[in-house]
Amino acid sequence: MLEPHPDLTTHVIHGLGWLYTVMFLMNVGWTVRSFNREGHYDKILGFQVPHLPKAFVWAIYTALLGLLAATHLAADGDPQDFFFRMPVALKDAINVVIANPISFFLLSILMFAAMIWLRKWLVRPTVGWVLLNFSMLFLGLSMTDYDFRQIVGKPDNVPIVGMLFIVGYFTWLYFAKAVENDRRIAAGEPKIEDEQADQVLVWPDLVYTEMICMLLLTAVLIFWGVGLDAPLEEPASAVKTPNPSKAPWYFLGLQEMLVYYDPWMAGVVLPTIILVGLMAIPYIDFNKLGNGYYTFDQRKFSVSMFLFGFLPLWVAMIILGTFIRGPNWNMFGPYEYWDVHKLEVLNNINLSDWFWVDQMNKPLPRPGAEDGFAATALIILKREWLGLALVAGYLLVFPPLGAITVFRRFFVKMGFVRYMVLANLILFMAALPLKMAVRWLFNLKYIVAIPEWFFNI
Amino acid sequence: MSVVEYIRNTQVWKSVFRHPAPYDRRNRAVVMLTNFFLHLHPVSAKQGGIALSYTWCMGGVTFFLFLVETLTGVLLMFYYRPTLEWAFTDIRALRDVTTLGVMREIHRWGAHAMVITVWLHMYRVFLTGSYKPPREFNWVIGVLLLVLTLLLSFTGYLLPWDQLAIWAITVGSNMARATPILGHEGPGFQLLNIGGFELITKGSDARFLLLGAREVGEETLNRFYILHCVAIPLVVATLIAIHFWRVRKDGGISQPL
Repeated sequence: MLEPHPDLTTHVIHGLGWLYTVMFLMNVGWTVRSFNREGHYDKILGFQVPHLPKAFVWAIYTALLGLLAATHLAADGDPQDFFFRMPVALKDAINVVIANPISFFLLSILMFAAMIWLRKWLVRPTVGWVLLNFSMLFLGLSMTDYDFRQIVGKPDNVPIVGMLFIVGYFTWLYFAKAVENDRRIAAGEPKIEDEQADQVLVWPDLVYTEMICMLLLTAVLIFWGVGLDAPLEEPASAVKTPNPSKAPWYFLGLQEMLVYYDPWMAGVVLPTIILVGLMAIPYIDFNKLGNGYYTFDQRKFSVSMFLFGFLPLWVAMIILGTFIRGPNWNMFGPYEYWDVHKLEVLNNINLSDWFWVDQMNKPLPRPGAEDGFAATALIILKREWLGLALVAGYLLVFPPLGAITVFRRFFVKMGFVRYMVLANLILFMAALPLKMAVRWLFNLKYIVAIPEWFFNI
Repeated sequence: MSVVEYIRNTQVWKSVFRHPAPYDRRNRAVVMLTNFFLHLHPVSAKQGGIALSYTWCMGGVTFFLFLVETLTGVLLMFYYRPTLEWAFTDIRALRDVTTLGVMREIHRWGAHAMVITVWLHMYRVFLTGSYKPPREFNWVIGVLLLVLTLLLSFTGYLLPWDQLAIWAITVGSNMARATPILGHEGPGFQLLNIGGFELITKGSDARFLLLGAREVGEETLNRFYILHCVAIPLVVATLIAIHFWRVRKDGGISQPL
């Protein structure tokens, strides 16, 4: 019997064999490094051992990877009987966590907080190496799932998988340098950058680096282009709407905001504010420290804000939009079939409905068709007063409140205009997670709902 | 006298390269000043400021990808016709039959890579605080270049004219009809209702301006083609020139003056 959606095929098994071969070779190098740099164990679990190099743990792991690679590359039996695959229980558990917006977002926030909290531990080379190995093994094991391969293997999604590793690497590199510099600054030693203060000639020290980069990139692009066809689907048809319809991948963070905000907010106002906010950064960051070297301790606030905007609110949203959002914009776990008929009950209500119908036991005030503009406006004002007051309060109360409490130092240093720009940028950035929270906690659809004027918040 | 030396001593060679080969310290400085392509660089720089682990080279990689996109894009323009009749067929032919049709693959992967490298370049510039005075305005130009990179990628997304293309552009451009005041489903569009005459309709709003029509169609294809191949690249090239010039004038790629 031929299974139509096989989790494993000979092709996949052999492909994974090459992945594990790469990991095997990487870890041969790492074992050698560990042997040269790290010391010996004299005791393990209280037992005397004869001068065992610490590298022996890596040697064992590397040997196992070698075995894994050989098993995969040599496999020629029925792929259905192949042993190595992601355990079903683990798949189910991951699906449950990932396919739920609350746990997905909480997970990304937790990982973000842990990254900053545990930075001094995470930047140890061994920890970084373990994380890299873990993510590669996780990716490899996940590829043994049919549905995972369908979504990750889409040609246009391949760069996103690459981006995850690259962004992860550079974030790690940043923290590695920042933690080291922070330690040196605290100890009164010269920073990493200060140790290389010599002037060197750009020819050859920079132009050669650039040329090697160009050659490598050219090679990468040619191999990538030859190896992977660019996507080309059926000819365009204005009547066949695909489900889901997705914007290009780099806009999927914005498309994700559509779940919580109307298009005028998610598609126009918030993107504009993101760009204006980015441009405003040099003018609102009054901190003179941290110019031209990596540091975290000297710029805790600005770096945390930027990382929060980039990692959980931008990159994680793109992952969500690309890999997790399926038909009808429902969320699907990474190992879940994209079922068009999956039902998710939506019974979100507006704040005005809650106030008038649930609390006051009155019908929702509605302007009549024959009402003039002034009469309509009055009725809408009466209907939406609570939401409008909340939004106005959010925007008007927090900036002065911050100025006399937690952001007092900022306000004094920045002056009124800069401080107001910063405060409003923070409020708009927080608007997304806040709306998410009230959606999940109270099933709130709109805080202000004025469909008559397309003005819903 | 070796052949190389002979060639270096010909009048032709000397007219092109106005100094001896950059083998010694003096000529390594002179080459940076007299070569058009190299004069973007300073003669010397702080070792720490140009270390690969410090700069990540992402700005340079982005620029190189822009050049790759220009080169492959021009080659693709020789082949591709932006009409409903031919757009899809031409792209399919590029994939299936055309010699060097791999240019299309390189163009698309290069475009995705460029979006990522722009982000990483900004990431590095932020994390080293390189936007701080006196480099504030160059960061602003950089943000504009980010927007234009995304727009380049977005306009190019439509050109293959397959299902992926038109629906991605439909989803993306649907936002425009909700533009406040200027979109026909945006808050406040009634403000431009003058004497009972609505200025903002489905046929005259921000989305119409973007698409050149009420729906994604041949007018859109033509509009996006011109934006993608001519209009935006010209602006980008200008801004890149200013960006690089400011890097030099503001005291190098990073670190305080």
